[in-house]
Amino acid sequence: MQDLVNADCIIIQGSNMAEAHPVGFQWVMEAKARGATVIHVDPRFTRTSAVSDDFLPIRAGSDIAFLGGVVNHILTRGLDFREYVLAYTNAATIVNANFKDTEDLDGLFSGYDDETHAYDTSTWQYEGHEEHGPGAAESHVARETAAAQQHESHGRPLPTQTLRDETLQHPRCVYQILKRHFARYTPEVVERVCGVSREDFATVCDAWTRNSGRDRTTALVYSVGWTQHSVGVQYIRTGAIIQLLLGNMGRPGGGVLALRGHASIQGSTDIPTLFNLLPGYLPMPHHEQHETYRQWVDAIRHPGQKGFWADAGAYCASLLKAYFGENATADNDWGYGFLPRITGDHGTYRTTLDMIDGKVKGYFLLGQNPAIGSAHGRAQRLGMANLDWLVVRDLYLIESATFWKDGPEVATGEIVPEDCRTEVFFLPAASHVEKEGTFTQTQRVLQWREKAVEPPEDCRSELWFFYQLGRLVRDKLAGSTLGRDRAVHALAWTYPVGGERHDEPSAEAVLREINGYDVETGEALPGYLQLKDDGSTACGCWIYSGVFADGVNQAARRKPGREQDLTAAEWGWAWPMNRRIMYNRASADPEGRPWSARKAYVWWDPDKGEWTGKDIPDFEKTKPPTYRPPEDATGPAALAGDDPFIQQGDGKGWLFAPGGLIDGPMPTHYEPVESPVRNPLYGQQANPTRKVYDRSDSLLNPAPPEPHAEVFPYVFSTSRLTEHHTAGGMSRQLAYLSELQPEMFIEVSPALADERGLAHLGWAHVVTARAAIEARVLVTERMRPLRVDDRMIHQVWLPYHFGFAGLVTGDAANDLIGIALDPNVLIQESKVGTCDVRPGRRPVGPALLGYLADYRRRAGLDNGHHAPLRTVPARHQGES
Amino acid sequence: MSPRRRDDGLMVPPVEFGSYYGRAVVKAPAWHHDIAAYLFTGGLAAGSALLAAGADLTGRPALRRAGRSTALGALLASTYFLVNDLGRPARFHHMLRVAKPSSPMSMGTWILSGFGAGAGVAAAAEAAPLLPQHGVLGLARRALPPLGTVGGLAAAATAPALATYTAVLLADTATPSWHEAYPDLPFVFAGSAMAAAGGAGMLLAPTAEAGPARRLALAGAAVDLAAARRVEHGMGLVSEPYRQGRAGAYLRGARSLTIAGAAGALLGGRSRVLSALSGLALMGASVLTRFGVFEAGIESAKDPRYTVVPQRERLGQRDGRTALEP
Amino acid sequence: MAGPNSLYGPLDPAPDAGYVDAPPRMGFFTDTSVCIGCKACEVACKEWNGVPDDGFNLLGMSYDNTGGLSANSWRAVAFIEQPMPREAAVTAAMTQQGTGTEPGAAPAPRPEPQFLGMPTTELPGRREGHDEPTDFRWLMMSNVCKHCTHAACLDVCPTGALLRTEFGTVVVQEDICNGCGYCISACPYGVIDQRKGDGRAWKCTLCYDRIGDGLMPACAQACPTQSIQYGELDELRLRAADRVATLHERGETSARLYGHDPDDGVGGDGAFFLLLDEPEVYGLPPDPVVTTRDLPAMWKRAGLAALAMGAATVVAFLGRS
Repeated sequence: MQDLVNADCIIIQGSNMAEAHPVGFQWVMEAKARGATVIHVDPRFTRTSAVSDDFLPIRAGSDIAFLGGVVNHILTRGLDFREYVLAYTNAATIVNANFKDTEDLDGLFSGYDDETHAYDTSTWQYEGHEEHGPGAAESHVARETAAAQQHESHGRPLPTQTLRDETLQHPRCVYQILKRHFARYTPEVVERVCGVSREDFATVCDAWTRNSGRDRTTALVYSVGWTQHSVGVQYIRTGAIIQLLLGNMGRPGGGVLALRGHASIQGSTDIPTLFNLLPGYLPMPHHEQHETYRQWVDAIRHPGQKGFWADAGAYCASLLKAYFGENATADNDWGYGFLPRITGDHGTYRTTLDMIDGKVKGYFLLGQNPAIGSAHGRAQRLGMANLDWLVVRDLYLIESATFWKDGPEVATGEIVPEDCRTEVFFLPAASHVEKEGTFTQTQRVLQWREKAVEPPEDCRSELWFFYQLGRLVRDKLAGSTLGRDRAVHALAWTYPVGGERHDEPSAEAVLREINGYDVETGEALPGYLQLKDDGSTACGCWIYSGVFADGVNQAARRKPGREQDLTAAEWGWAWPMNRRIMYNRASADPEGRPWSARKAYVWWDPDKGEWTGKDIPDFEKTKPPTYRPPEDATGPAALAGDDPFIQQGDGKGWLFAPGGLIDGPMPTHYEPVESPVRNPLYGQQANPTRKVYDRSDSLLNPAPPEPHAEVFPYVFSTSRLTEHHTAGGMSRQLAYLSELQPEMFIEVSPALADERGLAHLGWAHVVTARAAIEARVLVTERMRPLRVDDRMIHQVWLPYHFGFAGLVTGDAANDLIGIALDPNVLIQESKVGTCDVRPGRRPVGPALLGYLADYRRRAGLDNGHHAPLRTVPARHQGES
Repeated sequence: MSPRRRDDGLMVPPVEFGSYYGRAVVKAPAWHHDIAAYLFTGGLAAGSALLAAGADLTGRPALRRAGRSTALGALLASTYFLVNDLGRPARFHHMLRVAKPSSPMSMGTWILSGFGAGAGVAAAAEAAPLLPQHGVLGLARRALPPLGTVGGLAAAATAPALATYTAVLLADTATPSWHEAYPDLPFVFAGSAMAAAGGAGMLLAPTAEAGPARRLALAGAAVDLAAARRVEHGMGLVSEPYRQGRAGAYLRGARSLTIAGAAGALLGGRSRVLSALSGLALMGASVLTRFGVFEAGIESAKDPRYTVVPQRERLGQRDGRTALEP
Repeated sequence: MAGPNSLYGPLDPAPDAGYVDAPPRMGFFTDTSVCIGCKACEVACKEWNGVPDDGFNLLGMSYDNTGGLSANSWRAVAFIEQPMPREAAVTAAMTQQGTGTEPGAAPAPRPEPQFLGMPTTELPGRREGHDEPTDFRWLMMSNVCKHCTHAACLDVCPTGALLRTEFGTVVVQEDICNGCGYCISACPYGVIDQRKGDGRAWKCTLCYDRIGDGLMPACAQACPTQSIQYGELDELRLRAADRVATLHERGETSARLYGHDPDDGVGGDGAFFLLLDEPEVYGLPPDPVVTTRDLPAMWKRAGLAALAMGAATVVAFLGRS
């Protein structure tokens, strides 16, 4: 994060960094003070825009068109950092002859299967690698299990050798394919699709390219304004392509900075709270694909694979050893059989709908308030009202604990408190100052947090809760001989306890286990390179290995910034191996020399024969730049001395992704699932591989070419205010925060206020197929209508912090949002949708249901209608 | 005064200026009407003490009695109003921790205390005839009148300060229409105090002894009217609040009553009824003057125009240019 | 009253107040050009000083729901949306009596030219004449007590509850204040205020209980962008001058300092600002003068009036009847 001060230009898009990450934003302000240009691209003028040098209003959901335009600007003018692109990306690699682009197939890539709505990716592969592409059925499973998340730290596997054309002239080399693909994304198209003027767009292109190259770097910052879309992963891909083309990856002041939404959201994907992952991005075993331990490990390491995933066996065995201790033996495959298996989609929305269907008995909520904080709030609440039991651990009685007696469905009569079958257990939680542990922040830095005060009364930490729960469950099952209980018996579940109540497990002991230790001696391991696949090491999360190196809690280091250089290597600990910038080998040229003195970061010291610099080199320390692997090499040894992207299958940055993505090897502009306009570029309207649940209680507003889109003519987006925290559980209960933003409101432009007769500070209500909510009106010129495809598009914005419990209350914006998911990671499209906006308050009680039914009838949704995923006319059938 | 009419161009556009959502720049005084009432009672007490002392020295016992008792009554009311207006009345005595020349309120506290002691003794002396002839109290009965004279004179000596310091009290604020009025406000208050005390004398004393009261009332009315006119018209923009709204109504009423009372004092001095009515009119005028001035100040603080525009003009003059061009 | 400038003019307030060997004067420099309006200052101040909340009122003044400094808000962030080019922006912030700029009413009518989102040949962000981009600005400023060199609140306080500290700051002693309210109408900035239900006057103490221990005031500590800088006033003034020069070099010609000048009407503020527009746009007085500057003249006029009153009384008794 503090590396941002090294940037010469900072592009912030899909993020309201100043408001949502005010503390991290200090580095943007510092960079600006040092002369950097800051540009903000966003549907709305925010507090981030206020301190940026330039602000460009953009239509929500059109970012790929915008970024594609930047790619086109770079490629048509030859502004890419050619030496970097040639050496460090897959620009020169030749792609399969049968690959067909969206430009050829009106918005589909080759291989689309109408049955599964997934791609057979064999034609996307590099020349000669066709058999490595997953078929459509496999892609379908990958979507169900959000398999792309496993690639957070590494790309899809690839064979070592690829065909290349170093002149970049081959018509099927990635560079030329990319150039053709983005050729249509001209400034005129950007203007037409995004509503961004050509002049403004030129400003951004110019700033971005001028501030990139040998001597200058540009950083790209995004957050959930990019991720929460039905094509969110591809938004980020487009940004990454630009940063690779301009040579900004792995270099100081460059990169793509993903801002995470909470104190330890990064941590909760590293050591995941996700159904499909195990710690360190190891996949959760799938009942068919990973029947045996060997299948599981090979699915990760891919025998013959180049790069560091080749050692996956050590990470897997050590994890199981940490889980099951002495019960993990070579004979039982380290207890692989104890691990639960996934069978498909067990994501949060699938689970919610399953609750409605009565398929789920119990639900734990920890630091989560889905009644307010998750998309389609009504489905969330109806689901939770249909459980046997619900455990809510939180600081306050949040809405998810009280919805059964005071939620909106009680007013409409859909939930009758006396009849609600769910038994709710509320357990008060300790706050962050009442417990010790680590936060892993946006930049992968683990920071240790001391306990300041003992939690009051019945409040307890999460660590206490799970440790004690596990202990009690084990006691309960002590006599059980059932097979399903064996895993519980096998768990290594002993931690030292202490604290004032003598029952709080030691968080340091847990961190030490996560770091890993030698089973024999019990000594903490220095790092993941020391992990073994023979059961002699245990490690709770391989990427965190090193956080307890030398038996010292490295995350607790607090050397002030003024006492060290800007890299601040002695503040906390970053994974992997305390590297602050990943792939930093790319900060040196292929010969190992800094690209320029100004941007020197990590370089090869020929005298000492090792990599050195301001950061921990993300490269084998003594592998010289000139190293070329032997033909039959695998694993790290197969990486050449100038392959900086060491976790990628070919050591290169991917401009074209032959695998790992479900919706295409290159980003392409699709309209949001709910859009007021027809896709101006392709017959295919929206992401053809998106995940939707085709049922009458999970409706989506119609979008062209479907009829009735005019019923919901406006675009809405929701996000945060600085003054509140997510669903409000931690802010609407506090007077000092509540008073700063005391009421639910909607921001509208003066033009829309005129069009709909909305008065400043008056009431308005917003309607979608799911819900109608009301809010006070703020008329502000910070909201600007945009001209898109020759019509004016009005956008409105709402904060999503409000709910029905707390010192300040209001309708929940998330009630408006439908369930349409990105196919790669199953994240919901909650940053853009369509709606109607009306003056006055919404109807109350049962009248509200009738009001919504009328909207659904007019929108043609009353029979539970869902739009087809594919909208490309059939004439293209034969071509695909 | 609706914006629509302005937009229609039916009115001369008012002076435009920048502000933050029309919010006040300075805080309106936190004082309640207690303070406006005190302005009247303080002035009345001061004027009455002067009248009483004069009457004492010139042998007008009825006027003396009237003056002393009015002064005492007004003093007690003043004390009540002042204490009642405090956010923490129980801490009234904290006023006596310090004597600060830079604080008109501190000075006023000491002036009022000094005055109160004198006026109290003077008023107590009026009780002498009620005491028994003999014994210790008999001694007091004989000693009180001369003590009363001394007290009365002491009160009279501080009375002009008591009547006028309140003008400094109001003017020594950031309240635009009060501060700018500082050259004239003391005269408004002195005049109003004389008129009110004269009026009280006319009301309470027999006409035979009330000559000085009538003359004092006339003098006060004249000073008051002249000074008030300067306040209401002589200060440019910040005079405006004295002419508008409730303050304007109070001050117009005050002017009418003052003129009526003065006419009565001038022409109806022989008639007990007319004299009493004139006295009441003058006292009423004083009440209205005080409330009018008080309200005008509060209104001037609430509207940022009165703070910003004069300061802009001042800056403009300093920079040798007009601050706000049309 | 120590020196000739005790009521007006440049002065070092702590020695003037009688401190021997006073430490350097401490203060705030609030640089609004880097304020991101996060309001951390407001919250940190309340947390540290135990200031009560100000009520839950949506004011419709952009994101300002605090509504300015008060007894219960010792830091208050102002938000000003300026959707027009420079000349028009000045008009935008203007208000007239009766145009409904009170909280709870619609904002003042927007003067032309403005983009209303209606279909035109112009694209948003551009107004007529392509060479002139709209200068949409969202100004934010964290307001605070100015800790004036000549503090009217302190001068007029009749109980001595307000005191000048050794750091040159102005503090209310809550055990002395009896709620007379005089300081409230004396403050030229509208800062100090009476707390309802409590009756006493309250305002920023510049965290007197922190700075004495070498800690930063809570607001400055919490500010993520160094918009609020705390330090020795002399040094802050130099830093501020540099900052203005830098901004001017970068073309931000609207940057100017406010309250930094020891020759101004209050002898310079202990808490001064870098602003991007006229002070009144932020709700600050453009040319504040400490009211006690005129106090000698006031006493003189009051003395004259008192003499006149005495003389009138004497004359009144000269008559025969």
